Amino acid sequence: MSATTVPASALPGPAKDMKVAARLGRRRRTVNTIVEVLCVIATVIGLAFLASILVTLLARGFGGISLRVFTTMTLPPGSGGGLLNAIIGSIIQTVLGTVIGTPIGLLVGTYLAEYAQNSRIGDAVRFVSDVLLSAPSILIGLFVYELIVAPIGGFSGIAGCVALAVIVIPIVVRTTEDMLRLIPVSLREAAVALGAPRWKMIVLICYRAAKDGIVTGILLALARVAGETAPLLFTSLGNLNWSFSNPVLGLDRPMASLPVTIYQYAGSAFDDWVSLAWAGALLITFGVLAINIIARIALRRS
Amino acid sequence: MSTTTDETRKPAGGFGDLQAHPADSLNKPRIAIRNLDFYYGDNKALKGINLDFPDCQVTGMIGPSGCGKSTLLRCLNRMYDLYPGQRATGEAMMDGMNIIAPGTDLNELRSRVGMVFQKPTPFPMSIYENIAFGVKLHEKLSKSAMDERVEWSLTRAALWTEVKDRLNTPASGLSGGQQQRLCIARTIAVRPQVILLDEPTSALDPISTLKVEELIDELKHDFTIVIVTHNMQQAARCADQVAFFYLGEMVEVGPAAQMFTAPKQQRTQEYITGRFG
Repeated sequence: MSATTVPASALPGPAKDMKVAARLGRRRRTVNTIVEVLCVIATVIGLAFLASILVTLLARGFGGISLRVFTTMTLPPGSGGGLLNAIIGSIIQTVLGTVIGTPIGLLVGTYLAEYAQNSRIGDAVRFVSDVLLSAPSILIGLFVYELIVAPIGGFSGIAGCVALAVIVIPIVVRTTEDMLRLIPVSLREAAVALGAPRWKMIVLICYRAAKDGIVTGILLALARVAGETAPLLFTSLGNLNWSFSNPVLGLDRPMASLPVTIYQYAGSAFDDWVSLAWAGALLITFGVLAINIIARIALRRS
Repeated sequence: MSTTTDETRKPAGGFGDLQAHPADSLNKPRIAIRNLDFYYGDNKALKGINLDFPDCQVTGMIGPSGCGKSTLLRCLNRMYDLYPGQRATGEAMMDGMNIIAPGTDLNELRSRVGMVFQKPTPFPMSIYENIAFGVKLHEKLSKSAMDERVEWSLTRAALWTEVKDRLNTPASGLSGGQQQRLCIARTIAVRPQVILLDEPTSALDPISTLKVEELIDELKHDFTIVIVTHNMQQAARCADQVAFFYLGEMVEVGPAAQMFTAPKQQRTQEYITGRFG
């Protein structure tokens, strides 16, 4: 700005070639415009895919939504079935998977951030956890198949929960460690200086300070496993019947879930099943959205 | 000490007044340091320190950055134990106990030697809980006793009237100066014998600084205070005894009046007159 208003001779220091300065300025503005345009194009492309998915989902999903979806079980094609058992099965497995995986992930994340900053074991654990984070989920399904399904001799809801928990763990590990590391040293020292033992410093101060981030991580994990299909194919398999009425909520036998039902129905030749698959997809999407919104509101209140 | 003398002892002269209130004589030591060496890994940061901290008086530690004054402060509550590779040798005797001996109960030590840091560090909880946090670590108090303790410590820290109507609001809502006084209240709520202050006003505005300095003056009737400061005027205003550190050694220690008017060492003279550091 000042370069255009103040004559070069009036500037302090060595003489400045104003032609070079002007050329560099033009170049800078050109590069800026190009990059800006590229950014906008990239954003539009990304959003277009997302919008296309959402619009299709809304258009076709709403057509399939009716009270029947929530009140009736999965039935043979043409007999007016719903998704009730799949919805309940999904809720049980998602919640239980998160409940099993979260404490483990929290503790591992805490270990990495608080106790193993510069240790080789910590580096190894962090590496393995990051690999697990991006492992194909079908592998996790196969792993739990070998671990639980094969020895027991049958598919079960609990195997599905464990498979989802294995997916939850690395997500919670990563966010917990990241959030704990963001806490300033001064806050930790202040707690220790009052005579707090290390574990109280971590539990009462660090967790509290990192609460928002950690809860967001857990919800992220919840949202992720709510839509997982592949790990459930080899573990809880799916169940066309009502299986939740025994004392263990049917966790000892194959259990239905929305993603697996969508997978089975969407590929079928029956129109009412396909329509139910769309409705199920819409339900998952809005369920995850609702969890996120509720959590944000709850976090903002506290 | 009566309240009338308290008034006269306040730094009424304002900033830069070098003759605020030095005590005429030094009390017997609360902590006595002998031959203390400190290492960051292989790097020797403190070399053979000998220093007494007089009971219920203020010791100011001055010196250029990196001279070891904060390091010495962190020896007194074993803060360095948090970090592997840092260690101290020698003696720091308090009530017949060597603070830096390996067997010291650190949590108990820190309940007797409190610390306030450079930046205010309110915990992510309410004002009340900030005070109660430290107390709960060491004592089991009834609700009413805890209420009393919170009021007592906030009153001592000259913060009670400002926060008494919002004790249950987050401490992060206080101003910087209030937060620092909250940290002081939090520290004295544990009823320590010694309070360590690590540049407690360097992040504060002049008014808040003045309040904290007045507070230090008032607190020294009950607590032994050690303050690290880069501000020479502050040392002159607050301290009864001043120790000057340079390159990991303690160059000189003496009553504040003598240190600022007639230092014995050339380097002390140069530092306090601003010729280096």
